[in-house]
Amino acid sequence: MAETIATPGAHDDHGHEHHDEGWVKKYLFSTDHKIIAMQYMFTGMAMAVIGGFFAYAFRMQLAFPGMEVPLWGVVTSAEYNSLVTNHGTIMIFWVAMPVLIAAFGNYLIPLMCGVDDMVFPRLNRLSYQIFFVSAVVLIWSFFVEGGGFGGAWTAYPPLSAKAEYSLTPSGASLWLIAVALEFVAFLMGGINFVTTAMNSRAKGMGIYDIPMVVWMIVIASILFMASVGPLIAGAVMLFFDQQLGTAFFDPAQGGDPILWQHLFWFFGHPEVYVVLLPAMGIVADVICVMGRKKLFAYRTVLFTAIGTGVLSFTVWAHHQFIAGIDPRMAHVFTITTLLISIPIAEMCFCYIATLYGGSLTLNTPMLWALSFIATFLIGGVTGIFLGASGADIYFHDTYFVLAHFHYTFFPIAIIGTFAGFTFWFPKMFGRMMNETLGKIHFWGTIIPFNLIFLPLFVLGAAGQHRRIYNYDNFPELALPWMQDLRILATLSLIVMLGFQLVFFYNCYVSLRRGKKAPANPWNANTLEWLAPSPPPHGNFGDKLPEVYRGPYEYNHPDRSEDFWPQHVPN
Amino acid sequence: MIERYLEQASTFAPDIDAVILLIAVLVGFWFFLSEAVFFWLIFKFKKKDGVKGEYVSGEEKSQKRWITVPHLLVLVCDVFIIVGAVRVWHDVKQVLPEPQATVRVIGQQWAWTFIHPGPDGQIDTADDITLIDEMHVQEGVVYHYQLESKDVLHNFSVPVFRLKQDAIPGRTITGWFEATRTGEYDIQCAEICGIGHGIMGARIFIESKEDHAAWMNGHAKPTSVATAR
Amino acid sequence: MSARPIATTREMAGIPTGRLAVWWVIASEIVIFGGLLASYIMHRLANDAWSVQAANTNTWIGAFNTFVLLTSSLFAVLAHKAAVEGNGKKAARLLLYTAAGGTTFALVKAYEWSVEISHGYTLASNTFWSFYYTAAGLHALHVIAGVVIMLIIAREAARNLELHRVELIGIYWHFVDIVWIFLFPLLYIAK
Repeated sequence: MAETIATPGAHDDHGHEHHDEGWVKKYLFSTDHKIIAMQYMFTGMAMAVIGGFFAYAFRMQLAFPGMEVPLWGVVTSAEYNSLVTNHGTIMIFWVAMPVLIAAFGNYLIPLMCGVDDMVFPRLNRLSYQIFFVSAVVLIWSFFVEGGGFGGAWTAYPPLSAKAEYSLTPSGASLWLIAVALEFVAFLMGGINFVTTAMNSRAKGMGIYDIPMVVWMIVIASILFMASVGPLIAGAVMLFFDQQLGTAFFDPAQGGDPILWQHLFWFFGHPEVYVVLLPAMGIVADVICVMGRKKLFAYRTVLFTAIGTGVLSFTVWAHHQFIAGIDPRMAHVFTITTLLISIPIAEMCFCYIATLYGGSLTLNTPMLWALSFIATFLIGGVTGIFLGASGADIYFHDTYFVLAHFHYTFFPIAIIGTFAGFTFWFPKMFGRMMNETLGKIHFWGTIIPFNLIFLPLFVLGAAGQHRRIYNYDNFPELALPWMQDLRILATLSLIVMLGFQLVFFYNCYVSLRRGKKAPANPWNANTLEWLAPSPPPHGNFGDKLPEVYRGPYEYNHPDRSEDFWPQHVPN
Repeated sequence: MIERYLEQASTFAPDIDAVILLIAVLVGFWFFLSEAVFFWLIFKFKKKDGVKGEYVSGEEKSQKRWITVPHLLVLVCDVFIIVGAVRVWHDVKQVLPEPQATVRVIGQQWAWTFIHPGPDGQIDTADDITLIDEMHVQEGVVYHYQLESKDVLHNFSVPVFRLKQDAIPGRTITGWFEATRTGEYDIQCAEICGIGHGIMGARIFIESKEDHAAWMNGHAKPTSVATAR
Repeated sequence: MSARPIATTREMAGIPTGRLAVWWVIASEIVIFGGLLASYIMHRLANDAWSVQAANTNTWIGAFNTFVLLTSSLFAVLAHKAAVEGNGKKAARLLLYTAAGGTTFALVKAYEWSVEISHGYTLASNTFWSFYYTAAGLHALHVIAGVVIMLIIAREAARNLELHRVELIGIYWHFVDIVWIFLFPLLYIAK
């Protein structure tokens, strides 16, 4: 095998580890997948703080219109639009994507596949650097003349295409450049993930021996690659419309604004699954380890994930039912949209069935993983209302939509991330996390989360539509009970944001004084737990592991211990 | 469900509310069932000393039944929802009944212009009644609206009608409604259209035949402008 | 520079990592061009008036460029053959011919565009021309990038290093070629 040829090289490599490399070279320009994963993770978390702060600012305006918001000031309608636009953009493209796909993908794929790095380490580094630049460009866009872009994260033209309409001459273009750069970064990252998982797995690791989280990140990367192309082309076209006077989306000169919506949602809907699947993968791994249970119907879960991915390309126009598309198209997209509930429901059923007969340890990672399922179900079932054309006539653009996708994105981006982060924290940093603080943080996040968004379902059902900075202008939406619910949601948000301090404090305390973590603190099966905590450069030392069985062999009847690591011959 | 919050003021509002109720019942059942099973499993299989977990692959037919049967039942529910939703959509958006009157609705940043037919019952004639942010319709009459936009996307939303439709510059989109009760209600723009999106509201006045005729006589001159409030 | 990670040497899927990655690059490029061309075709079907504009493209220049690009692809194939035989010098020389083809293509394109722009057909003058310049421009960027990469690979190949990369740039070059095969009829012939 090629491996034996390369082994001398690998030895060389380990020799380097002891060299005293500069801090800058080691942490800023490293090609090590774990360092790059941490770069993505911390950039994503920093962006989450910005996105959370934006949410605080505009929710304060909604609860107490016209007030001087502490740390911000009075929120004008232009600022309000910019805040909601960039909150959405940041949370999806600069939090969910980098943390779930890039950070966990980078960290876990080589470790779980039993190899020392990604197949293209330098491409990997370049991908992060481009991503970093994209984040800088986005932040820059808030400070240019006219302020940040305020045409919603969907950026529908003509509003987004012409400065005379959007009133953000540079903000809109910088926003677009940032998004396009971010796509390029993730294309590079995605190619790396897929190729690594396809080609560099440990000897003996067949396709059904791959941990679910790796599978899910790979499927998500392929979905991303297959869906983002038209939007990249669309971004170029929109940029030309903004800056060079073309009229791709300008109906006055022969363009078509609906075209953008198709390009955007052809990407936008698969994008939901791009971030959902990695979170589902993380949850699968956590519940199997903490439940001491084999994943129920591994292959079914895998095939339903692939099926969901394929189907997700056929549903995009359910975002456009009332956008002026041919009314007959709505029938087709209603059917495909409801069909996609089948594989997703099946996946959720498999996860629930996994709990049966287990021995569940309800520690912090497990609580996050279980709460993912419990809350994501709400997001899933409320989607049916929006995918059914007849009901969407009423619900389109209401807070019902908003509450629905926050019940999907919040479990994905926040709960999924915390599940993964607390689960792999001992591996990443070599210390155990404080359980008490972890549980305080959990309950302090999950309860306010529901108190933010359950009222918004009610408001949405009552017709409150989105992206309005002050409801006083609409008599049917300015009722006192509605305002009370808005205040409840805002106060819950502040409580939830406050409890995030517990998380950061927990990280700090655990890193400083946490118990030293052994290599395999959870008695888990997958290969990353074979490496020391934290894994050194090269991950596994001189000898890379081989794999003898699937990843979820817990409580196997032939074995006295309740786990059976993948790398143990017998 | 929705009628608790908002009156039903068009012929198709009860249909849309009925679809929403149908979906709520079906998915509500599955949601509460799944959550109940889920929490029951958590409490039942919480770690106990000396009790080992079971080894269940889930790949065998007898085990998979627990997934495939509910999954087929979900599919059946989906079919009901699809049929309900498609029928309502067909009636509201796809097939337009013959109009008894036509109004033109024009969105622009950030106001609505409504061109009502005058006493001759036609638009685009000299006696059209053009109003800003104020729309007058007669109860029990089938209207067609011709929706246009002058600049960016807007959305003509009349919540009590359960009616929503994007307005697209360069196109005229035709739809219909028939009001079933009199009163004064909101018209909202439901598609972000710039910094004034939050003030882009209007009012619809649904009048009985007599009141509508009186209103029309009050606007004998071709144009007149009123403000929403 | 430290030695390569073992990750780069494994071949679990049975395809060398480099080739696998190039195929994934091409797959994602196909959807980029696919989205753009699908948009163009939809617009074109909706705008009969475009044929008046399209009549002003120069089919002969387009045909000449098609010929140049196809010929350069032939050299890419021959370069791959030489690389497989282990003849780095020959592979490098053939790659240079390919790059020369790409350069010719870009120069002809530059001439063509400057004539068109001088006649007043600019990016913003009409939606047809917007698509024309955007699609052909995006393609031209790929040509230029391909030429640059090819020159780097040729320099290494001349010293018999990294010969497997000759094949990779060849695959990429064929892709660039095929995109042009779609663009040429859509932008030039359909009138």
